[in-house]
Amino acid sequence: MTDKTNNDNNEPDETPERVVGTPAAEEHTVAEAEAERSHEGPYKASETHQRPEEQQRRGEKIASLWFILAFLGGIGFLVSYFVYGPEEIADPRISQFSNALLGGTLTLSLFGIGAGMTVWARNVMPHYEVSSPYDELPSDEKEKSSFSAFFMRSADESGFTRRPLMRRTLIAAMLPLGIAPIILLRDTGPLPGDKLKVTPWADGRRMIVEGTHREIRPEDLAQDPYGMISALPLMHEDDYGENVHYPHGISLNDQAKSVILLIKMPTGEDGQVEWGEGMTEERRNWTHEGIIAYSKICTHVGCPAALYERTTHRILCPCHQSTFDAANAAEVVFGPAHRPLPQLPIGVDSEGYLVSTGDFSEAPGPTFWDYAKD
Amino acid sequence: MSKTTQAPKALRGVGNFIDDRFHLAKMGEKNLRKVFPNHWSFMLGEIALYSFIILLVTGVFLTLWFKPSMVEVIYDGSYERLQGVPMSEAYASTLYIDFEVRGGFLVRQIHHWAALIFLAALVVHMLRVFFTGAFRKPREINWLIGVGIFSIAIVEGLFGYSLPDDLPSGMGVRILQGVILSLPLVGTYVSMFLFGGEFPGEDIITRLYMLHILLLPALLLALIVAHFMILWHQKHTQYPGLGHTNKTVVGTPMFPAFAVKAGGFFFFTFAVTAGLSAFVQINPIHLFGPFTPTSITSGLQPDWYMGFLEGSLRIFPNTLDFDIFGYAVPVAVLIPGLGVMGLLFGALGAWPFIEQWITGDKRAHNVADRPRNVPVRTGLGVAGITAYGVLWLAGSNDILSETFSINLYLTTYIFRVLVILGPIIAFIVTKRICLGLQRRDRETLEHGYESGVIQQLPSGEFIEVHRESSDETVEILSSKPTITSTALDETVDDKGVESPESRKGMGKLRRRLALWYTRDNVSVADVEAHSGHHLHHSHSTEEQDKEPAH
Ligand code: HEM
Ligand code: FES
Repeated sequence: MTDKTNNDNNEPDETPERVVGTPAAEEHTVAEAEAERSHEGPYKASETHQRPEEQQRRGEKIASLWFILAFLGGIGFLVSYFVYGPEEIADPRISQFSNALLGGTLTLSLFGIGAGMTVWARNVMPHYEVSSPYDELPSDEKEKSSFSAFFMRSADESGFTRRPLMRRTLIAAMLPLGIAPIILLRDTGPLPGDKLKVTPWADGRRMIVEGTHREIRPEDLAQDPYGMISALPLMHEDDYGENVHYPHGISLNDQAKSVILLIKMPTGEDGQVEWGEGMTEERRNWTHEGIIAYSKICTHVGCPAALYERTTHRILCPCHQSTFDAANAAEVVFGPAHRPLPQLPIGVDSEGYLVSTGDFSEAPGPTFWDYAKD
Repeated sequence: MSKTTQAPKALRGVGNFIDDRFHLAKMGEKNLRKVFPNHWSFMLGEIALYSFIILLVTGVFLTLWFKPSMVEVIYDGSYERLQGVPMSEAYASTLYIDFEVRGGFLVRQIHHWAALIFLAALVVHMLRVFFTGAFRKPREINWLIGVGIFSIAIVEGLFGYSLPDDLPSGMGVRILQGVILSLPLVGTYVSMFLFGGEFPGEDIITRLYMLHILLLPALLLALIVAHFMILWHQKHTQYPGLGHTNKTVVGTPMFPAFAVKAGGFFFFTFAVTAGLSAFVQINPIHLFGPFTPTSITSGLQPDWYMGFLEGSLRIFPNTLDFDIFGYAVPVAVLIPGLGVMGLLFGALGAWPFIEQWITGDKRAHNVADRPRNVPVRTGLGVAGITAYGVLWLAGSNDILSETFSINLYLTTYIFRVLVILGPIIAFIVTKRICLGLQRRDRETLEHGYESGVIQQLPSGEFIEVHRESSDETVEILSSKPTITSTALDETVDDKGVESPESRKGMGKLRRRLALWYTRDNVSVADVEAHSGHHLHHSHSTEEQDKEPAH
C-alpha cells in the first residue's frame, strides 16, 4: 500500500506528547541515543534510510543533467520569444508554430526541473517514513467547561443576555442594513414588462436576408436551393434614434428575438401545400404562396433552430435536437422543447416585397413563466 | 555523512529577524516535521491545487489584454480571415491575444487546459475521498468545503468559457439564459437583472468577467485555504498498513523529502499542461467566429465538465411540462438545467451525514477504508459515476449518432433507458465484485498467497503451494473493519421488547437501511492468519471443510 514501508516495528510513542515532531531526542532511551550519535539526520535513524554513497553520487549526476536540460529549455523559451515578431504571428500557421516552439521549450524546462527534483528526492535524500501521532481532536471536559463558563460569564457581564431591550433593538437595527445590498442590485436591469413578448415585427415591415441588407421577394425563395432563408426585420433610421448605429442595422437584442426562418413549402400536384392539422384557417392566412415564417429561436432554451430538412419539412435545433414540423404549425415532433416555434404572419407589400403583417403568434424564444399571458 | 552544515549567515539573519517579531521557531519546526502519508491517490488533490495556481498566474496575464466589452466593432486586427467582420470587443481582444501578443496563444491555451485538468483532478480527488471513506468524522466539514469548491469551480469554468464571446461560448450563455428564464415566477426578472435587459444585452460579459476574475476566484481561494488549514490540522487519512492506526500517522515528513517531491510534482503538472497547450489545440476561437444570436453550427460541444448538463438537457422528455392557471412550468428545462446539478451537489454534501445516520458511527476515523470493504458505499459511488457517465455521453449523442450511424432519435431513447438501468446494474455488479474481493482477502489471510508453484502430493493430487503473505499484507487484511450499525443492536432491549423508536417511521427506515448497508459482508474476525490448510502440505482432505462458507 505505502511505498516500501521500512518503519515496520516502529512503536508509536507512548508519551502523551501532543506536539507533532517535538525533537525526537528528548524521548530516546540511552541505547537508542547511542545508535543515534553516528547519525546526524533530523529524524530517528530507525526511520530514515541513507542511500548508499554510490547511489547518491549517481543521483546527483542524473538530477544535474535534468537541470541542465531544463536550463537549456528555459533559454530556448527566451530565444523562441524573439524568433517570430508580433507581425509574423498574425499568420495562423506561424502563430501555431510559434505556439509549439514556445510551449515545447517551456515544457522541456518545466519537465526538466520536475524530473531533476524527483531524482534528487529518490536517490540523494535518505528514504523516510516517520510516524507522528494524530491530534486528539475533542478537547477534554475540563477545557470545555472552563471555556463555556468563561464565555457565558463574559456574555452576562456584557449585559447582552440580560438586557433584552438593547439586544432586540440592536438586531432590529441590523435588519434594514442586511436588506440594503439586495435593494442596491435593483438597477442591474429593467423589469421584464412585455420586452420578451414584443418584437420589431409589425404590419408592413420588410425583411432582409440575415447577414446582408438584401430585401426579400417571394421569388427569392422559389429559387433558393434549400427552400429556406434565415431573415431579420429591416430596421429604419428612426427605429433606434439618430445616433445609434449597428453594423447590421439591427441591434443584437432585436436580432435575438426577431430572427425568422422563411420556408417555401413544396406543393402537391394540385399546386396546393399539404398543411398539417395544426394549420388552422387563421394560420394559413399568415402564409403567402406556400411561404411560411417561424421564429428561428428554439422554444427550449433558445438556440437558433437552424437546420431545415426539405424533404421531411422538419426544423431541427442542433443544441438538444428538438424537432418541429414546418408543415404543421411547427408542432414539436421530437425532443425536449414543449411548444411550437411561434409563427410570423406574412404577406407582400405593394412593391412585391415580403413583409410581416403583425408580430409573432406567441412570445418567441425560450419558454418562460408568463409567456402565454398578455 | 559529514557534519551538519551551518545555516548561512544571511539566512540566520532573516530567520532571527522574523522570529524576533513572530516567535516562530517552535511552530516552524512542528510544521516542517508534519507527516504526509504516501499513496499515489494523495497526489490528486495536489494536481488540483497546482492547476489552480497555474490558472491564477495565466489568468492574470490574460487580463492584461482582454477587454470585457460587448461594444460591437468592425475587426481590423491582424487575423486576415475575419477583417471587416462585426464582433464584440471581447472577441476582438481575444484575437489580439492570439495573433498579436507573442506567447498569448500559448498562455490562453494553458489557461484552458489547466481549467480542464483542475476540474478533472477535483472530480477524481473527490472520488478517492468518497471511496475510501475519508469524508468520515472528523473530516465532514472539509468534505463540504470540497463540494463547495467543486460547485464553484464548475460555474467559474462556465463563465470563463463565456468570456471570449465566440460562437460556442455565446451559445453557452444563451442556454444559461434559457435555463434561467424557465424558473417559475422569478425567471424573467433574474434574467433581466443578470443581463441588464434582454439577451444578449451589453452587460453580461462585463459582469461575468467580474465574477470570473474577482468574486469566484476569491471564494475559491478562501475555500481552498480553509480546506488546507483543516487538512493541516487534522492530518491526512492513511491507508491500512503496519503501524498505521487511528492514533498514529506514518509517512514522509514535510521537510525535506515531501517538499522536494511536491515541488517536483508541481513542475510535472505544469509541464503536462504546457505540453498539451503546445501541441494539442484547445478552443481555437478564431475558427469558430464571433457570436451572433442568429447562427449556430452543429456538433457544438461544451467543456467536458458541462457535458452531463448538456446530456440531461438533451434526453429529458418534455412530457412532464405543465401549466398552472396558464403559467408555464417547463420541467424539461428546470430538472436537467438546475435539478441535476442540485441533485449532484445535494447528494454529495448529504452523504457523510446519511451514512453516519445509517451506521450510527460516531467515532473518528483516520485509517481509510479499502473500497471493497464497504460494498454499499462503493456500489453507490460507481452507480453515481455511471449515471454521470451516461449523461455525459448523451451530451454528444449527435456525434455518436453520426460516428456510429445510429438514428439520432434512437440514441436519445437508448440513453433514457441507460440512465436508469445503468446505475442499478452498476450498483449490483460493484457490490458483487466487492464481496468477491472480500472473500478472496479472507482466503489469502487464511491460506497465504498462491505462489504459482504446483506440487504433486503422494496421493497423486496436484496442489498449488501457498506461501505466507508478508506482515504488511496480513495487517492490511486482518484490520478489515466489520460493518455494523447501532440501528441493528439497539432495537431489542434485554427483556426482548423492541424499542418503540425502531418501530416508528424513521426508526424503521433507518433499520431497513442499516440491514441493507451491512448485509452480506464477509467477516475476518474469526480468522487467524495462515491457519488454513494449504500451507501444511501433509494435510488430509477432510480439512477442506475448513474452507469458509461462501
Ligand atoms: C481546489 C480544489 C481542491 C484542492 C486544491 C484540494 C486539495 C486537497 C489536497 C492536496 C488534499 C490532501 C491530499 C489528498 O487527500 O488527496 C485534500 C484533502 C481532502 N480533500 Fe480536497 N482539494 C480540493 C477539492 C476537494 C473536493 C472537491 C472535495 C470533496 C468534495 C475535497 C475533499 C477533501 C477531503 C475530505 C480531504 C481530507 C481527506 C484526507 O485527509 O485524506 N477536496 N484536498
Ligand atoms: S435549445 Fe433547441 S433543443 Fe434545446
